[in-house]
Amino acid sequence: MFIINCPFCGEREQSEFKAGGEAHIIRPKQPTELSDDQWAEYLFMRKNIKGIQFERWNHAHGCRKWFNLVRDTSNDEIKAVYKMGEKPPIK
Amino acid sequence: MINKYSIFSLIKNAFSNHENWGKAWKDAEPKKEYDVIIIGGGGHGLATAYYLAKKHNIKNIAVVEKGWIGGGNTGRNTTIIRSNYLWDASAGLYDHALKLWEGLSQELNYNVMFSQRGVMNLAHNLQDVRDLKRRTHANRLNGIDAVYLNTEEVKKFCPIINTSPKIRYPVLGGTLQKRAGTARHDAVAWGYARGADEMGVDIIQNCEVKGVKRNGDSVEGIETTKGFIKTNKIGVVAAGHSSVIANMAGLKLPLESKPLQALVSEPVKPIIDTVVMSNAVHAYVSQSDKGELVIGAGTDDYISYSQKGSHDIVEGTLNAILELYPIFSRMRMLRQWGGIVDICPDASPIISKTSIKGLYFNCGWGTGGFKATPGSGDLFAHTIANNEPHKLNAAFNINRFVSGDLVDEHGAAAVAH
Amino acid sequence: MTKNLRVKTGKAIDETYRISFKFNGSTYYGFKGDTLASALLANDIHLVGRSFKYHRPRGIMTAGSEEPNAIVQLHDNSSRTEPNVRATEVEIYEGLEASSQNCWPSVNFDVGGINNFLSPLLPAGFYYKTFMWPASFWEKYEYFIRKSAGLGKSPTKPDPDIYEHKYIHCDVLVIGAGISGIMAAKIAAKNNLKTLLVDEKPNLGGSTIYQNSDHFKINNQNSGSWVEKEINEIKKLENLEIKTRTTVVAYHGYNFLLARQNLTDHLPIEQRKNKTRHRLLKIRAKKVITATGSIERPMIFDNNDRPGILLSSAIKKYADYFGIACGEKNILFTNNDSAYETAISLIEKGINIEAIIDNREEINSKLIYEVEKNNIKIFKGYTIIDTSGYKRINKISIMQLSKDGQKVVGSKINLSCDCLGISGGWTPAVHLFTQSGGKLRFREEDQVFIPNTYPSDQLSIGACNGNLTLDEILRTTPESLIKFLNVKSSDYDNLEVLSEANKFKRNIWLLPSNKVLGKTKSFVDYQNDATSKDIKLALREGFRSIEHVKRYTTTGMGTDQGKLGNMHALGIISETTGTKMGELGTTTFRPPYTPLTFGTIVGRNVGEYFDVIRKTPLHDWHIDNNAEFENVGQWKRAWYYPRNTEDMHQAVQRESKAARASAGILDASTLGKIDIQGTDASEFLNRVYTNAWSKLAIGKCKYGLMLNEDGMVYDDGVTTRLGENHYIMTTTTGGAANVMSKLEDYLQTEWPELDVYLTSVTDHYATISVCGSNSKKIISKIITDVDFSDESFPHMSFKNVKIGKISCRIMRISFTGELSYEINVQANYGKSVWEKCMEAGKEFNITPYGTETMHLLRAEKGFIIVGQDTDATMTPIDLQMDWIVSKKKYDFIGKRSLYRSDTIREDRKQLVGLLTDNPDEVLEEGAQIVGDIKKSPIEMLGHVTSSYFSPNLRKSIALGVVKGGKNMMGQKLTIPMEKKNINVTVSDPVFLDKENKKLNA
Repeated sequence: MFIINCPFCGEREQSEFKAGGEAHIIRPKQPTELSDDQWAEYLFMRKNIKGIQFERWNHAHGCRKWFNLVRDTSNDEIKAVYKMGEKPPIK
Repeated sequence: MINKYSIFSLIKNAFSNHENWGKAWKDAEPKKEYDVIIIGGGGHGLATAYYLAKKHNIKNIAVVEKGWIGGGNTGRNTTIIRSNYLWDASAGLYDHALKLWEGLSQELNYNVMFSQRGVMNLAHNLQDVRDLKRRTHANRLNGIDAVYLNTEEVKKFCPIINTSPKIRYPVLGGTLQKRAGTARHDAVAWGYARGADEMGVDIIQNCEVKGVKRNGDSVEGIETTKGFIKTNKIGVVAAGHSSVIANMAGLKLPLESKPLQALVSEPVKPIIDTVVMSNAVHAYVSQSDKGELVIGAGTDDYISYSQKGSHDIVEGTLNAILELYPIFSRMRMLRQWGGIVDICPDASPIISKTSIKGLYFNCGWGTGGFKATPGSGDLFAHTIANNEPHKLNAAFNINRFVSGDLVDEHGAAAVAH
Repeated sequence: MTKNLRVKTGKAIDETYRISFKFNGSTYYGFKGDTLASALLANDIHLVGRSFKYHRPRGIMTAGSEEPNAIVQLHDNSSRTEPNVRATEVEIYEGLEASSQNCWPSVNFDVGGINNFLSPLLPAGFYYKTFMWPASFWEKYEYFIRKSAGLGKSPTKPDPDIYEHKYIHCDVLVIGAGISGIMAAKIAAKNNLKTLLVDEKPNLGGSTIYQNSDHFKINNQNSGSWVEKEINEIKKLENLEIKTRTTVVAYHGYNFLLARQNLTDHLPIEQRKNKTRHRLLKIRAKKVITATGSIERPMIFDNNDRPGILLSSAIKKYADYFGIACGEKNILFTNNDSAYETAISLIEKGINIEAIIDNREEINSKLIYEVEKNNIKIFKGYTIIDTSGYKRINKISIMQLSKDGQKVVGSKINLSCDCLGISGGWTPAVHLFTQSGGKLRFREEDQVFIPNTYPSDQLSIGACNGNLTLDEILRTTPESLIKFLNVKSSDYDNLEVLSEANKFKRNIWLLPSNKVLGKTKSFVDYQNDATSKDIKLALREGFRSIEHVKRYTTTGMGTDQGKLGNMHALGIISETTGTKMGELGTTTFRPPYTPLTFGTIVGRNVGEYFDVIRKTPLHDWHIDNNAEFENVGQWKRAWYYPRNTEDMHQAVQRESKAARASAGILDASTLGKIDIQGTDASEFLNRVYTNAWSKLAIGKCKYGLMLNEDGMVYDDGVTTRLGENHYIMTTTTGGAANVMSKLEDYLQTEWPELDVYLTSVTDHYATISVCGSNSKKIISKIITDVDFSDESFPHMSFKNVKIGKISCRIMRISFTGELSYEINVQANYGKSVWEKCMEAGKEFNITPYGTETMHLLRAEKGFIIVGQDTDATMTPIDLQMDWIVSKKKYDFIGKRSLYRSDTIREDRKQLVGLLTDNPDEVLEEGAQIVGDIKKSPIEMLGHVTSSYFSPNLRKSIALGVVKGGKNMMGQKLTIPMEKKNINVTVSDPVFLDKENKKLNA
């Protein structure tokens, strides 16, 4: 089980958090303008990366804040943590 | 068959100290070109190759596997086989597979130990009861042998379940599919490998795919750790790694790969003679022929390819086991392990062509793909050979995520094994 | 019958404290400090069990947790029974009862032993090749296979013991309290690091503690005495916590480790009552030092499994530590110097050694010289080719090895013995290291895998790091510890070490024989009866990877997880295939290190603590009033209130009638409640609900439907506008937590620009719903200063009121279709307000009703229950609730998905009412609906989602979803049940008061 460094609370046990999947998928501002294909791309299609992934986590049993996290999904090593709206600290 | 397996061949070979058995399958090196390349040497991939050769008369086939065959989810799952799915499309798919299981040992001349000891699903709240009844009625009308049991009948079929009304989530009833059961997971991969090999399929182990070569909208071949291999048709059956291959081809899939864990106890004499699954009290258990209790539950919620999950899941699973089977408290966990399962948003698989010509995907089986192995292989072979789906897998196309015609099996898949 | 094989007081034995125990029904004696294994050996009992497949007699082989053979059932037929317990790990206690497993009728005469003679027919994987004819017979064969498989017996009674969990956070965790671990603990603790030292054994000191040889000295004392002094010193250290009988079983990522602390298994049973049996320690350590030592390797030769064959190091431990001679005619067989350490110990205790077989040729070693001085015959360059003795070894046959070690030469020599010690060198115990994700490298010179790269902040030291001799450990360990811990220490500077063993080992994985391999049984995995010829058969059949071989032959799959034999399996594969060991890789060591009791993993989360029980503030009242409860998520909800002899149906019919005819009262406290505040609250609701919210006036309520982004109905409930920027939202009971988290998600990640704050207030309020034609009268009695007229307080509106001094919110909203008021009051006043309602309602026969009646009443009115009438495939259009989907709003969650090609289809399943032709016939919820019963294959159009006998309409009513149902009003459909077909007519889903007269009354 990971230790996650919540940007608001500090290091906490993974069991306090909920994963929220791939990060930086922006909800389309004008969904009605999209084709079914484009909408499906937003709704369902995921990179599902093996390797460095940018993802969302929620400190569900803590401050309830959502934030972003960079993790290597091949070995679960967490590389960085950053707040929503911030630029990823690593590429 | 060169090495036909039977009690007689065993006796015969006993006289020569078993030194004359031939290879179950050959370890092939890649040729320059194949008619079809299957990426992924698990049960589904090997079955696909087997049925392509057997039913579609395509012989120049390679199965490329980055590790050793059957080493992924085939060799890591809890081997539950059933077909009591809710929706018509799923019922058709899984029951097709179940029918193939019923003759598979003879078909392959390899004992896959398909054991129809029944699968029972328990209900613990009133909505569970409604859902299971709904499924049982649908199963019955789809010709699938499923019956609804009340609490006493549940207890009768599996006496060690704690059916006391005083427990936190009492057993209110359940369903039973008697034709369901378990099989020996390794044997499925090895049996299909042996059968495919005999028809000339090349099984190439330790060969990792590094790239998918495209020419415009068509595939041309694959780059591997053993060099480039040319082909016009690629069937991807890479389970947890499906997205990795898709990304190589420039495709995105509606998948997330998550850790799924299982565990076994030390072996004991027979104590539970069926498979019991519970959705609300989240765990399932059966006993292997070796005597181990085989136990599993749900996935972690994050994407991972590490083949490790969190201890909380194991703890939660065993909490549930002891709630339903307090007598197992002094049993001991012998081994635990993890696999990587690729999950679709509707908890149903994809067996489909793609927008790229010659590229086919068989993925998204989530936590319950083992049971479908023969059917999945058969239908995927049909789809690749004809460039059109069989009617049984037509609903499982990728386009459903665009059109909105999902096959939502979450009800069945919350404990989908 | 028994001889006394106690030779001298052992280090661990208290001879003044005698303990009786039973084995296979007979009573024996041992001493405090004995394990079951040592006590049996002291009574000259070697035959303990039978093997898995061939039922071969097996004895005690080791003195530790790596034991493959001596596994027993404890306390058979009692609630404390336990299968597959290693006799080498059980400390004896008064009242201990153990019995042999996997044998019938007894371990001495086991019918299953016939398998040994059938073994030519049972090579590895034989079951894949047979039992296929006739096809239908597999399950009959399987019955017998299952019966003969398994080892011990599962308990059949609930466990009387208790278990618990404990979290530990420390700076340094040291695993293993042998000489290396003790040094590590001392250096860490003396440098102010909070240190935890654990060891699986009851005592500290590992294998050094019983060393008293003159060949191994530290600062001129024998190593045992030196380490004893160190132990006494560390016991006084303040920062050091020491836990014995504590096994680290799993090493996960981020230095998260699980350890089992065994607290009572060594106590007499009557002393265990009310004590915790095992404590599962969940350890987070900043740094981990693994000092788990090494495990001696057996040797692989024909019939290497007989009772009386032990690891040489185990014989030494039984002599030095427990004071026991394992035999009276001992022979040792070795490929390295360790066996001579054993020999010297035995000589010192006067235990007879017949001979030593050493597969090495001439070799210089002070240990060997000492043994030779004692006139013990050493056969150098020899190997064992066979053994005899069915239930106890009585003879070995040896032959000379060829120079290359590939075959045997010369003539066979027979030597008689009653005990054989084997020593194949040492395997570093890297299990925990690899569990943590560490990568190994192979050291060619002595054929061991050792840690190479560490995945976390950890260090392996001592034997588990490949430092297999005393001088290596003392030379390298302190320095690497100081570096790893980044501390200063001079405690172990300038140690004088004497370590006289010769390191040379002649490693031959599979020893040659004078027979063809196929005629031999040289066991690699003792417990599972996997032999070297099985491994070769697997390779011959094309199973080349170690994982394939392991699975095909079951090598390493036993309860010992191959701690002894895995290396040999790898070695044989390497030799046979010509692949280098380092390239083969190892199999994955999977947790746990030693099997872990389920109860230990579960801890206190059993019985009533299995899951949290959420109770409403009115729970006690429901109990006092005879309510039956329904589990809804974690909530206990009053389901119905049977009176006298009523069954559920009767109670619900009565409650339903009363609620409409006069007055009913429902505890609705479990509904989710989210307080929404902020200047953008209205805009926020616009985005999350399908309908428009901006124009809702303050003091008004509105029903909302929430979708998933894929357009499917997710939740519903009434939201009330409390102020300009203040709303209170209600959700379904089961959906509360998910809705809250979904809303937070959108708010924080998609719409951070919105000024909105969400607070879950579900538990803060009791919600009491009073309904029925007399509800207004009742409410008016307890709230006297409010105008309840329809003009002043119409349907779907709200007021802040006071009941006595208690502030409440009261909403006129209805889930039953009756005139209805919902009082929300601070939770701790809930019961008093409820009782006031009951008191006021007495004259109107106010009737408490539960969830079942609530479901019935709302079904009469055609109100849906999300999750019952919907699954994850229903859009609001499918529910025929088009009216709630705003056409004007530009966007809301899920809107776009409603217009996909398959979600706008007309022939989707739609919610309809269903009336049975026979008004008394109540449909089964979940029953499938069919149009043409004669069509084949039968086509299911939908299913019944809700169904009741309505006492108010005096007929059966049902809701269901039907393909194209919207356009099928009045059409006949069939519900095919198992034994009959039921005819129904599609109707409007609203069965009662379509005009909402009651609501607006």
